[in-house]
Amino acid sequence: MVGIVSYGTYIPRYRIRISDIAKAWKKDAEEVIRSLGLTDKSVPGCDEDAVTIALESAISALSGVEGLIRDNIDVLFVGSESHPYAVNPTSTTVGELLGLGHNYLAADFEFACKAGTAAIQAIVGLVAAGHARFGLAIGADTAQGKPHDFLEYTAAAGGAAYIIGKEHLVANLLAETSYSSDTPDFWRRDGMRYPSHAGRFTGEPAYYSHVMGAARRLLEMTNTTPSDYSYCVFHMPNGKFPREVAKRLGFTSEQLAPSLVVDAIGNPYSASSLLGLAAVLDQTKPHQKIFMVSYGSGAGSDAFVFETTEALGKRKQTVNDQITKKTYIDYVQFLKQTHKL
Amino acid sequence: MKVYVTGAATTQFGELWGVSPRSLARGSVLSALKDADTDTSQVQALFVGNMLSGMLGGQEHLGAFFAEELGLGVPAFKVEGACASGGLALHTAVNSLLSGQYDTVVVLGIEKMTDHKPEDVATALMGAGSEEERTAGATFPGLYAVLARAHVKEFGTTEEELAAVSVKNHYHASLNPNAQFHNTLTVEQVMKSSRIADPLKLLDCSPISDGAAAVVLSTKKSKRSIEVIASVVATDTLGLAQRKSLTELAATRVASKKAYMLGGVSAKDIDVAEVHDCFTIAEILAMEDLGFFSKGKAASAIARGETTIGKTKRLVVNPSGGLKGCGHPVGATGVKQVVELVEQLWGTAGKRQVTGAKVGLAHNVGGSGATAAVHILCKVQ
Repeated sequence: MVGIVSYGTYIPRYRIRISDIAKAWKKDAEEVIRSLGLTDKSVPGCDEDAVTIALESAISALSGVEGLIRDNIDVLFVGSESHPYAVNPTSTTVGELLGLGHNYLAADFEFACKAGTAAIQAIVGLVAAGHARFGLAIGADTAQGKPHDFLEYTAAAGGAAYIIGKEHLVANLLAETSYSSDTPDFWRRDGMRYPSHAGRFTGEPAYYSHVMGAARRLLEMTNTTPSDYSYCVFHMPNGKFPREVAKRLGFTSEQLAPSLVVDAIGNPYSASSLLGLAAVLDQTKPHQKIFMVSYGSGAGSDAFVFETTEALGKRKQTVNDQITKKTYIDYVQFLKQTHKL
Repeated sequence: MKVYVTGAATTQFGELWGVSPRSLARGSVLSALKDADTDTSQVQALFVGNMLSGMLGGQEHLGAFFAEELGLGVPAFKVEGACASGGLALHTAVNSLLSGQYDTVVVLGIEKMTDHKPEDVATALMGAGSEEERTAGATFPGLYAVLARAHVKEFGTTEEELAAVSVKNHYHASLNPNAQFHNTLTVEQVMKSSRIADPLKLLDCSPISDGAAAVVLSTKKSKRSIEVIASVVATDTLGLAQRKSLTELAATRVASKKAYMLGGVSAKDIDVAEVHDCFTIAEILAMEDLGFFSKGKAASAIARGETTIGKTKRLVVNPSGGLKGCGHPVGATGVKQVVELVEQLWGTAGKRQVTGAKVGLAHNVGGSGATAAVHILCKVQ
């Protein structure tokens, strides 16, 4: 049985209020908040990027973990849509700074917001096949939104790292599947600074059809229904979509609630569903089933069923600890920290 | 020489991401031909009304494009006049029949707009305005907001009265299976919707839509013929700044006056009208400029239900749902308006039926009023 050995997260401390972004553009703040379903988003520090955030998340995942695991990480994949280089791997910078040595497979993943979960699935395969003893999958982003575009309200920063293995599991992976198609809802052409998106097309034909496609397939494969699960986690591009998709699939708001990091920190892209999963794991008990579906534009969804084990203990630093440890900045400071000024 | 509509059909209007322009054309044209009890072999020319195929799709030359798609090796024309493209295509087709050049033609109004980024569509639509308006950064809600403010200033038209137009048209659309929207609205919902260009709010504005509509026009009567008794086009200045008045669309007034004269009818004789409500203020202006109400009196009349299905004994306006409720695939609208009138006059409009409708008027506007096309149809006695 393959599963999660340990996990770690990192959310930058800076926050900007959605209302302050709205005010900068002379929009009705209440209306924006109501339509997007969130109040704050996280902002990286001037000297933070996907690499530093991936590193912080991995350090957190490795803290308190046995030497045996540290010394046998055979693969490191980092998924992001804000890798600092188009050519030069984030994963080896992180691997070097983690002191992984040289005997490991490193690669960077890209698939919009599902780069991190795709990394998990690939590592699961390597571990299951016996090609790796332990693997480290990271989803990390400092997402950029074009000023005045509505994505400016939600594009945020954060990271989550998961150690995958066959031993010392805190959660078993019971099943997983994926759903993919050629659906151009959101993209960034090489050389362009900001992404483009197709407006309303990012809803039904993109997010909903893929999340539900993967979810339905996984429920069918496992012969389960939503009521068989204690929790559910969905990719969170805003506060509305995950709530709506949970409802459509038949999950309750109680099952979804612990995962909804988006309300307080926005959408950290490749880390979104992984942070949601971490928030659930932070407060769950053993023998509880978690249903998780990510989404990446372009498009695809990865779906997982995890079951927590007896070994799941109390996290030293939870997602909630980091959500509440915050410093508000204003719009001008936000522009500076996201390198627009 | 008389011109008849012998067949008419529309496609679904809405966000049709899974439907191509070719499918839309085939769907509407083949249905219209079937409706007319004929087929492609009898069609002698094709007129295509469309505005954005070039700017958004990279494809001009739609006459040849759709003639090929429909298997019609006949003379084919793309006709453009911004949002009046459909009305202008109809007028051009009518003229081709009156000239004796053809006896049976097809008019196809078609637009695919929802596959593009909203800002690209808004920019493309400004091709209907003046250069001055473009460089000033205006978009269509802004231009019609200027007209709304002028109307409010001169006649005291209220925002609730603007909202009532949208409420009526959504109610009508809820009765139209092909409409983009089927939800009904209240004045309160319209008033609470986000401000786009003061005083126009989101729900004062027609949507971006995909869709197609087609009619078969012929000089030969068929059993379901409806006669086109007037087809008139008028032009005004391209930009608002050069207009003589901002509380009327002179092109509408001029075109309708001539249409009534040619058709031998007056505003009082119209039982059902499809008018160009690209924004709620546009319907209020249309009611006045078409002579249905005197200046400053239309808004309150609409709010009282005097043009609503089931509430009025007089004139029903926009039974299809108008542009706001049925949707506004730009090039298709002018043709869809005629399809709706034809259904009304044939008595096949189902839940939207205006009882005993004998004379119908279609009013199609390009840009902020630079072009107006008015068609009057009547049941053949």
